Amino acid sequence: MTAVWLIPALPLLGFVTLVVLGRKFGDPGAGIFAACMVGLSFLGTLGVFAHLLSLPHEERAISQTLFTWISSGSFKVSIGFLADPLSITMCLFITGIGALIHIYSVGYMKGDPKFSKFFVYLNLFVASMLLLVLGDNLLLTFLGWEGVGACSYLLISFWFTDPKNASAGKKAFVTNRVGDFGFMLATFLVWVTLGTVNYEQIRPLAPGLAAGTATAIALLFFLGATGKSAQLPLFVWLPDAMAGPTPVSALIHAATMVTAGVYLLTRLSPIMAEAGWANDVVAWVGALTALVAACAAIAQNDIKKVLAYSTVSQLGYMFLAVGTQSYVAAVFHMITHASFKALLFLGSGSVIHAMAHEQDMRKYGNLRKYLPITYATFMVGWLAIAGIPPLSGFWSKDEILAGVFNAKTFGNLALWVIGMAVALLTAFYMTRQVIMTFFGEEKWRHAEVDAHGHELHADEEDAVDDHDHHHLTPDHTPHESPISMTLPLVVLAGAAAVAGLLNLPFGDPLKFLEHWLEPTIVGEHELPPGWVQALLSLAAVAVAVIGILGARAVYFQKKVDPAKIEKPVFAHAWYIDETYAKFMGGPGETAFEDVAQFDQKIVDGAVNGIAGGTVGLGNRLKGLQTGLVRTYGLGMAIGAVALLAYVVTRIGG
Amino acid sequence: MTSSALLPLMILVPFVGAGIVALLPARRTELFRPIALLTSIVVLGMAVFMLVNFKVGDPGYQFESNTTWIKDLGISLHFGVDGISLFLVVLAAGIFPIALLGSNPDHDPKPYYGWLLVLLAGSIGVFCALDLVVFFVFFEIVLVPMYFLIGLWGHGRRVYAATKFFLYTMFGSALMLVGLIALAVLHQKAVGGPLTFDLVTLAREQALSTTASRWIFVAFAVAFAVKVPLFPLHTWLPDAHTEAPTAGSVLLAAVMLKLGTYGFVRFGLDLFPEASVWAAPVMLTLGVVGIVYGAICATMQKDLKRLVAYSSVAHLGFIVLGIFSITTQGIEGGILQMVNHGITTGALFLLVGMVYERRHTREISALSGLQSSAPVMAGVFTLVMLSSIGLPGLNGFVGEFLALLGAFKGARWWGVVAVTGVILAALYLLWAYQRVFHGKAEGENAKMRDLTWSEGAVLAPLLFLIVFLGIYPKVMLDRIEPSVKALVVHIDRNVEGFDAKDVTPKIAPAAKGAEHGGEG
Amino acid sequence: MFTLTETWYLVLAALIFSIGAVGLLVRRNVLVMFMCVELMLNAVNLTFVSFSTALDDLGGQTAVFFVLVVAAAEVVVGLGIIVAIMRRRQSADVDDISLMRG
Repeated sequence: MTAVWLIPALPLLGFVTLVVLGRKFGDPGAGIFAACMVGLSFLGTLGVFAHLLSLPHEERAISQTLFTWISSGSFKVSIGFLADPLSITMCLFITGIGALIHIYSVGYMKGDPKFSKFFVYLNLFVASMLLLVLGDNLLLTFLGWEGVGACSYLLISFWFTDPKNASAGKKAFVTNRVGDFGFMLATFLVWVTLGTVNYEQIRPLAPGLAAGTATAIALLFFLGATGKSAQLPLFVWLPDAMAGPTPVSALIHAATMVTAGVYLLTRLSPIMAEAGWANDVVAWVGALTALVAACAAIAQNDIKKVLAYSTVSQLGYMFLAVGTQSYVAAVFHMITHASFKALLFLGSGSVIHAMAHEQDMRKYGNLRKYLPITYATFMVGWLAIAGIPPLSGFWSKDEILAGVFNAKTFGNLALWVIGMAVALLTAFYMTRQVIMTFFGEEKWRHAEVDAHGHELHADEEDAVDDHDHHHLTPDHTPHESPISMTLPLVVLAGAAAVAGLLNLPFGDPLKFLEHWLEPTIVGEHELPPGWVQALLSLAAVAVAVIGILGARAVYFQKKVDPAKIEKPVFAHAWYIDETYAKFMGGPGETAFEDVAQFDQKIVDGAVNGIAGGTVGLGNRLKGLQTGLVRTYGLGMAIGAVALLAYVVTRIGG
Repeated sequence: MTSSALLPLMILVPFVGAGIVALLPARRTELFRPIALLTSIVVLGMAVFMLVNFKVGDPGYQFESNTTWIKDLGISLHFGVDGISLFLVVLAAGIFPIALLGSNPDHDPKPYYGWLLVLLAGSIGVFCALDLVVFFVFFEIVLVPMYFLIGLWGHGRRVYAATKFFLYTMFGSALMLVGLIALAVLHQKAVGGPLTFDLVTLAREQALSTTASRWIFVAFAVAFAVKVPLFPLHTWLPDAHTEAPTAGSVLLAAVMLKLGTYGFVRFGLDLFPEASVWAAPVMLTLGVVGIVYGAICATMQKDLKRLVAYSSVAHLGFIVLGIFSITTQGIEGGILQMVNHGITTGALFLLVGMVYERRHTREISALSGLQSSAPVMAGVFTLVMLSSIGLPGLNGFVGEFLALLGAFKGARWWGVVAVTGVILAALYLLWAYQRVFHGKAEGENAKMRDLTWSEGAVLAPLLFLIVFLGIYPKVMLDRIEPSVKALVVHIDRNVEGFDAKDVTPKIAPAAKGAEHGGEG
Repeated sequence: MFTLTETWYLVLAALIFSIGAVGLLVRRNVLVMFMCVELMLNAVNLTFVSFSTALDDLGGQTAVFFVLVVAAAEVVVGLGIIVAIMRRRQSADVDDISLMRG
């Protein structure tokens, strides 16, 4: 029996060990230990993967139950794992990329006073993420789901002395909780209608669901997914989450955690298949998010915020795929995106590291001279995300768009057009970023460019990775990062380059991922015929090239004033976040305050009023108590006579 | 030791301890703490013995003892525990040593420890009394020590808070007294025979008319609603919690608040099944209001302890919601949440007390950046906070989830609204945490001492339980379940038209289809 | 022949009771008031005894014993209080003793 439970148990063991001994291990011991635990977990995953491969196609699912977790009446949930193609695929890239990012962090976090604590959280995160994907029931997934949320909170506010980081952490958690509202209700609904929350038991029962119920379940789960995977309307936390250390952004807020929503809906494809128009909602929300975020990305000046909005946008692609029931494409894009976006984030981390923690791209330029490895690997990531063949992003994005083109979703052609537009914008903003960072003049050498430049937007200074306080000076000379940071870059660049091989469209035998995932997915939609796909690919490449050339014209050849493109409405991401903030800070807070005042003044006031009334009444009545014994005597006498008179008359009568 | 002597002994031992404390001269200050500790540890030992010897799978009362007290009135000293009360007794016994170790009185140790021991005796007694009068006596006994704890060792407006607490609760109990006498008298009228206040008999025979039992239920419900506390009878709680000394707050949260919810299960559902079902919509509404309203009020508090107090209002709302969903899951979740709230909120109050001891303020605005000066304390606080938020894998989740699940099943729309409480809980706790622990530490805040080893040792058992009960709540659920199932069956049997959705096994849709086919 | 029926006793008792009651209300000296109370008590006793004889029921006489015992106890406590007050105040006027005024 393969020990599936070892996969999450190893990072968990790392977490527990580091909680106790972390400070003893110190810097870099704790980091290396943590990386080893995740590495071992990766090896374990490979072992399970190999075992699954050795099984016949349809039997590729190992389920393993450890013990009963919650059992109450007919509600029974176990701590149990389901290792099937979908979850193992997820595990492979979680542990693989996770291990690389651990190694990278050893270099990146060097000298931080809370070095060991960082790895405590990181290991806990990996363990939670693995529980999320390996759990064989909705509740265990929810455990992982909340666990990664908590780790995300802890890591975003890692440098808590800056109130901005602390706020960003809280915002991430609370926004995710809004999504969890949906997740919990959906779980209840699944249990009440199907009597189980176990994935393997849901699968055969799902076709019996009433369409309305299935739609409700799907929409509620999607609400959960919009929180965790930063989709409209809950995406606002992700750009702020860049306040965390860069490896965190790479691991949690690009490669793994934010894809949990996509995983969840893919896992629940049997229910999605019954969910009717809920799928249209998923596709449309995904597409619109992709567009909104891509627009925002072209006007950001913080190197990490560009990538953050890009992540939101790419996640939108994945939901577009899920909504059009191209689950394989969604998972494919998840894998390629995990590799190239982790690469881009780590590359940007390397840049930030070299530039004294300055994140404003307007102070960069010509860095290819100083950071050759970072530059070379970043190029791979750039071309991959822009969708230039034969790099990985091209294949997965293409598959999504082809799927959309052929889908039966409401308004699928409009969706396809949006998808193409997003592809153009993606190529544009990534090229912009590359040019601003690695080409052009060395802008930090000039006097302060920030301050009150006309293109500066209100929120530019936030999210500075400012844990040590040296600043970028004009005589600064950037240095390439240490090997512990560049090695992961090189490995990831390799992955980002070739990940497309997983699922090539040139004929059935080459669609490895599709065959591999087939037993887990229900209702996968057909792709269009080969020649249509080929035409669509050509169009996509053309669009990408236009995007790149456009950005080159604006930022390299300076033919157009960037201010014409970087509209404030883009820089502020359509003012969605500001609107929320205004509401929460304005009417929201006032309403809360009113309730608290109501409690103080009315509810408690009534209580004190009753008490006060009683005291007042007593004060008035106390005059009767004269203290004169003879008055009391008279009272008694009169009372006695009256009583007597009453009794006598009654008896007489 | 025969097992029937166990419960009376558990009640007697603290009384004896309190007697010893009372007899010793007040100047022997060094003696009182060890005596109190020793006594509470002996009681805890007995509680553990009880836990170990509790027969899993038996829905009835165990460790029963029954001695006539006042024969003519049919009052007897009837004690026993079942799955519903077992963990509350264990919690009460367990939290006392922790509360004792966690804080010291700043003056007059003799009455302080004496009253605490009386409180311990009362707390044990109230959860295992199976006679209405005896229950009522203990229900009132616990008031007295708590009144003095708040009034003598409390902070700022302690006298106001203590008086409010006392009067409020007395108001409720007065109604309950009327109710329980009416119940016994009407029961005697209906079935004949001698007068009896025995819970088991009264619950089994269900002799009252519908109208009478509804009225009496209302009388009981008001008493319990004050204790829970339910909106709008909750305003004594923030005051009492805030002004009480640390030990008082911990015990209020862990033990006293549970009297109300426990009462609802034992003397509501069990004694008046029909009236409970009848009143369920109102109770559910009050529970949901408590969840949302308590959370909103907590968000806006400026005093850390008051914030935790309002969070209790919200958490207790979940318990009431679970109980009055009248489903196995809901009631079990409610009982689980009673214990878990005791552990989590107890720990929160201990932590707030530790902050107060160091900084002499509980004003959130005066505290900042404590995570820099006290990282270990911040870590512990984070864990406890996440448990209070209801993070899966920690104890707070299991009860809350089951309560909500039960509500969703038994009373769907109330359940839906209640889930919003999950969002709000994260909001107020994280915001408070941010303001207190995050940010830059300056002045006094920067010099604050971190958790000491002894404080850590006091918190350690609670932290262990927070994690353990989150991962393996089965130890509790296995013992609670038979009694709860029996209770649901009892309600099902006595209420016409009640659909105990869990008594008959669920039919999955596929099977349902087949069944329909068979019918057609 | 003139017979002494119980009516006479009852009338006498009523008279004594009234004297006591009026005395209690009009006099201000504590000691006198105290004696008035005794008068009233004994009037009641007399009533009890008369009825007891008339109805041939020992219950009435038993009640008298109770009253006597209570009266004795009352005298002990009451006189104690009066002496204590006299010591402090040098006066036995009840209207001066109004500490319990609300």
